[in-house]
Amino acid sequence: MEILVCVKRVPDTAENEFELNGAGNDLDRDDLVYSVNEWDNYAVEEAIQMVDKMGGSVTVVTVGDDESEEILRREMAMGANNGVLLSDDAFEGSDGKGIATILKAEIEKGSYDLILTGAQADEGAGQVGGMVAAMLDYPYASLVNKIDVMDDKKIKVGREIEGGNQEMNEISLPCVLSIQTGINEPRYVGIRGIRKVSSVEIPVKSASDLGLDAASVGSAGAKTRRVDYFVPDMGEGAEMLEGSTEEIIAKLIEKLKAKGGL
Amino acid sequence: MSSIIGPASYKLFGIFPTAILSFVLPVIGIGLFAYIMTRRIAPLVRAAPDNRLDHIGLRIKNLVVVWLGQIRQPRYMLAGVLHIVIFAGFLILSVRSISLVVIGLSDGFVLPGLGGWLGHVYNFIKDYAATFVLIACIVAAVRRGIYKPKRYAVPEKYGKDHTAEAVFVLGIISTLMISESLFEASELAYALTVDGQSHFLAPLSLVWIFKGMLTSASPGFLQGLHIFTYFVHDLAFFFFLCFLPLGKHFHVITSIFNVFFMRVQKGNIKPVQHGINDEELDSLESFGVKRLEDFTWKHMLDFHSCADCGRCSDQCPANAVGRPLSPRFITIKARDLMFKNYPLSGEIYKSKLLVEDIFTEDEIWSCTTCGACEEECPLGIEYIDKMVDLRRGMVDEGMVPQSLQKPLKALEKRGNPYGKMEKKRAEWTEDADFKAKHSIKDLGEETADTLYFVDSITSYDDNIQEIARRTSIILEKAGVDFGILGKDEKDSGNEVLRFGEEMLYQDLKQQNTEAILASGVRNIVTADPHAYNALKNDYKGLPEVKHISQVVAQKIATGELELKTCQDPDKVYVYHDPCYLGRHNGVYEAPRQAMDAINGLTRVELEKSRDRSFCCGGGGLMLFFEPEEETRMGVLRVNMAAEAGANVIVTACPFCLVNIQDAIKVAGKEGQMEALDFTELIEQHLK
Repeated sequence: MEILVCVKRVPDTAENEFELNGAGNDLDRDDLVYSVNEWDNYAVEEAIQMVDKMGGSVTVVTVGDDESEEILRREMAMGANNGVLLSDDAFEGSDGKGIATILKAEIEKGSYDLILTGAQADEGAGQVGGMVAAMLDYPYASLVNKIDVMDDKKIKVGREIEGGNQEMNEISLPCVLSIQTGINEPRYVGIRGIRKVSSVEIPVKSASDLGLDAASVGSAGAKTRRVDYFVPDMGEGAEMLEGSTEEIIAKLIEKLKAKGGL
Repeated sequence: MSSIIGPASYKLFGIFPTAILSFVLPVIGIGLFAYIMTRRIAPLVRAAPDNRLDHIGLRIKNLVVVWLGQIRQPRYMLAGVLHIVIFAGFLILSVRSISLVVIGLSDGFVLPGLGGWLGHVYNFIKDYAATFVLIACIVAAVRRGIYKPKRYAVPEKYGKDHTAEAVFVLGIISTLMISESLFEASELAYALTVDGQSHFLAPLSLVWIFKGMLTSASPGFLQGLHIFTYFVHDLAFFFFLCFLPLGKHFHVITSIFNVFFMRVQKGNIKPVQHGINDEELDSLESFGVKRLEDFTWKHMLDFHSCADCGRCSDQCPANAVGRPLSPRFITIKARDLMFKNYPLSGEIYKSKLLVEDIFTEDEIWSCTTCGACEEECPLGIEYIDKMVDLRRGMVDEGMVPQSLQKPLKALEKRGNPYGKMEKKRAEWTEDADFKAKHSIKDLGEETADTLYFVDSITSYDDNIQEIARRTSIILEKAGVDFGILGKDEKDSGNEVLRFGEEMLYQDLKQQNTEAILASGVRNIVTADPHAYNALKNDYKGLPEVKHISQVVAQKIATGELELKTCQDPDKVYVYHDPCYLGRHNGVYEAPRQAMDAINGLTRVELEKSRDRSFCCGGGGLMLFFEPEEETRMGVLRVNMAAEAGANVIVTACPFCLVNIQDAIKVAGKEGQMEALDFTELIEQHLK
């Protein structure tokens, strides 16, 4: 089975403290560390496990700049066979539809049985997977937490429904699935693993390589535009407790007692 | 009248010379033994290299103290004394056994040098040796067979009980002792009855008793008994020899080698592969132990040598709290696999991934590397290096629990397991009260004589930052010119190395080493025993490293630090030895001396203290690991302190403090017990 996994490089929520930049329209990105979007990691692990069982290959693809190459290497260190970096100045400022357009162009160049994306990205809107499926006219299942292969035409996918119920669906190949965390336990990738794949060639494809009109992607093609980015004002009834952990706990207990919660 | 006929000249039924038997038995016995040994050594030949010919002086010392002197045996008094008796008896009687084999071919053979008075002295001693060995065997058999001490029990998941084998071997040893004594007693009784010759015998020895019992026997019976017991002894002896390599009694043969080659340095970790230096690590195809043959030959020798005494698991804190780890069965399972894959005959089987075959991932992650097992093993069997090697293999295969992946990734990106920003590493100095009175040099900009290496938990954990501030105040008071690395300091990597993430550890080590050398300091002090251990034993080429307790003890001795009388004289204090300060680095006295320098402070000792200290639950990455366990190590430790009559547990390690503080809450002893860091106690008592 030929599987393509779409991945994204994001600032890691666990290892950063987010502050707004001076202009107030984005994060202050000077001191950020980046990694693979957590959901994507689960998607790659799932793809590797499927290929381990049934043969085939896993390709990881991302739309980004030169620095995005590091996450492709990390996923290849996990066990993905190929990596493709889609990079062009014209891609900058793409909205969700733009990213989906770029990915669609790459997907059509290959012959993939299965396209996986993460259910959402740390700083994303969870829209690209669905859009790619629609553009390709492929069936789509979102928030997938279980995959059973039936044959080379059909697979069975499970989705967790709000409230903890589980749903199973048959879906024909080729299709697009967005993968939920918890579907597996992604393997660990250490520095050694990344070094092992450090010299593997990763092709970089531009808009013209993909046969894309520069005007259809990037900020030129974007139909949505971010106009503001801010930390919401504290609303009524919300209060930030300040001080050391112990002071915060003491204040919290005091408040809970005052309101009859304890 | 002639004297009794020995086995070399005796003719069975008047025609068959028994000398043929005395020749054939040793030939078969030694031949079979040589064959078995070749098969047993086969896996060691295929094993990874191990450099065990360094520190010859220390190795000889171990041979004298640990092997010949059996120094670790009396740590378990009854079993230890019984073992010493049997061991000493074996050594003494080995000479007699060799003579006996030759006596079967040449009557009255005496080993060179044992003809004269020395021979008499030897005979006197060996008669008692045989007697005491027999008594020890009987006591041991009663103990194992009837009283069945708990530590010998084999949990169902680890296979069958080993009592039968143990008692069987005690039976063979007893047979050897009795037959040897009867062989001699029958000859002497014969000489007395037939020739009227009397020989002096060690009073109350086995031979003495047997001879007394045989004085009224007929010469024919004595002659028959003499020959019969000779061959019983000969047969038992060679059977025993060939039986030894088949199970836990292999240690009778291997112990001398195992102790000679045992770990001589403490606190360090073996290189990924002996003969490959840090710069060449990238050239290795695979890391760590994945299959049986990835173990070094010494580690395989460990498996062969285990006597199954259960002391390691009896001391193991992971085993005590019901984690899925028992060091004894790490060894027993590996030995069973060696026996299975390298059978005595037939083809050698290909080995599988160990963590899927005989071990489980959780089992290998459960170890806190506290070292209690290694400290106890009378045979010098190692565990920490094996755990680390198995973890290196798992890390290389990507088999790392999710709970550890996050801190490892944070260490890679930010140099600390919490994923906090590098620039906030010195934030503990910003505390308003502290900042008003003290200023700490940043060695990125200023110079100082001494580096205070803070390490991650003390830098970032709100609760533990207090240790950093108290350490600074103590150093200042003691007149030490010191500074910190601030954002240039990375995690020491003590646990990164021990959790098998070698390349990440190499990275951290390199960054810290460069920063420390660039700072130009001449001394390093830390209040974190894990950092102390890494900088002292794992890093190379750094200035001398001291733990804060050593600095305090020394400054008290020189009078540069003075302490007030105890502020809380009604409390009872107990010192808990952190593994990485005590067992791994031998710092037992300095913290105690410093505490005792506080006048009026009442200090008691835990029953498990110093090199038998009980791990609090583990530090570094172990704080993130979510083990399967029935209770917490810290809870057991707090209960031990309560039993010792203490109400303040003083420790000298930030991880111990976290674990014990949590454990006091879990044990429901809040208000009755408290945990205190060494630096807090000292700082409160500074004059």
